[in-house]
Amino acid sequence: MNPSMFAIYLAVMAGTTYLVRVIPFVLFRRKLKNRRLTAFFEYIPYTVLAAMTLPAMFFATGNIYSAIAGFIAAMVLALLEKSLLTVAVATCLATLAVELVSRYMI
Amino acid sequence: MSKSNKPAKDHNTFKQGILDGIPIALGYLSVSFSFGILAVTSGLSAWQAVLISFFNLTSAGQVAGLSIMTASGGFIEMAVSQIVINLRYSLMAISLSQKTDESVNIPARFILAHGITDEIFGVSAGSDHPVGRRYQLGLMILPILGWTTGTLIGGILGSVFPDFLANALAIGIYGMFISIVVPRAKHSRSVLICVLIACALSSLFYFEPHLAGTVSGGFATIISAVIAAGIGCAFFPSDAKEEAQ
Repeated sequence: MNPSMFAIYLAVMAGTTYLVRVIPFVLFRRKLKNRRLTAFFEYIPYTVLAAMTLPAMFFATGNIYSAIAGFIAAMVLALLEKSLLTVAVATCLATLAVELVSRYMI
Repeated sequence: MSKSNKPAKDHNTFKQGILDGIPIALGYLSVSFSFGILAVTSGLSAWQAVLISFFNLTSAGQVAGLSIMTASGGFIEMAVSQIVINLRYSLMAISLSQKTDESVNIPARFILAHGITDEIFGVSAGSDHPVGRRYQLGLMILPILGWTTGTLIGGILGSVFPDFLANALAIGIYGMFISIVVPRAKHSRSVLICVLIACALSSLFYFEPHLAGTVSGGFATIISAVIAAGIGCAFFPSDAKEEAQ
């Protein structure tokens, strides 16, 4: 693509995306007082993560069995309250193990 | 209140941010890898793809922006599409403001704002501690590096990365999400109920043929999350804060 045209598109795209992030972050610095709104913003991170994870996780590998293995590993270690990195690595390893087994042994 | 908590200080280190950023970076590496491939096959150079990734740091928005660019679409269309697709970041920015401590001043906000992505927000807003600027900066560095590096590798190497390895790396990010949500849901019944509602709604958007055909993934996530948190704040308005203390 023509570099100057690309530069304009990039500026519009990145500028808009940055403003969407920075305006509320700079303007809403005060802690909310309203109980319901506070609760809403307490719950939102968890509901966003939950909605992103399920059911998408089961279809993330193109092999539902390896994905389920990763899901189970993650659930068990998360219930035991292991660290982020431990859970993430275990999820990858469990998934990889089932991917390899279904690739080379079946 | 929570500002003077001792453990919060230990948690708010650059190093802890870097550590917590590793799983996000690994996930980003493989997701941005496919964006790199997509951009190059659409006619951009690998470096143009890298610039897009560095300055936008968002998957759905970049894919939409790429298609507008390559179709020679209008600049207004570009701006409107980015606002609509990325509007969830505004919501996350306000939510994150509820977790930040006094070290996150205005200059810091201009820098840290760029790092508000679904995953980075999820980790910092989902933590038990107030969030300081050193932690938040550390948290965003490796994911930005992973996101741009993955784009570059994808753009240059094309599809030499074996599928099963890319798949196993990509799913790690969901493991990380689970490690944030599950311990919190284990200790708070109201969070548990909100989370189950969110999963049920996003499954509905995914499996119900009519909804799956009309609502994109990004919108499905934000609609499910807002409804679930809305139900939560209607029925358990004060539980969240009390249980977090």
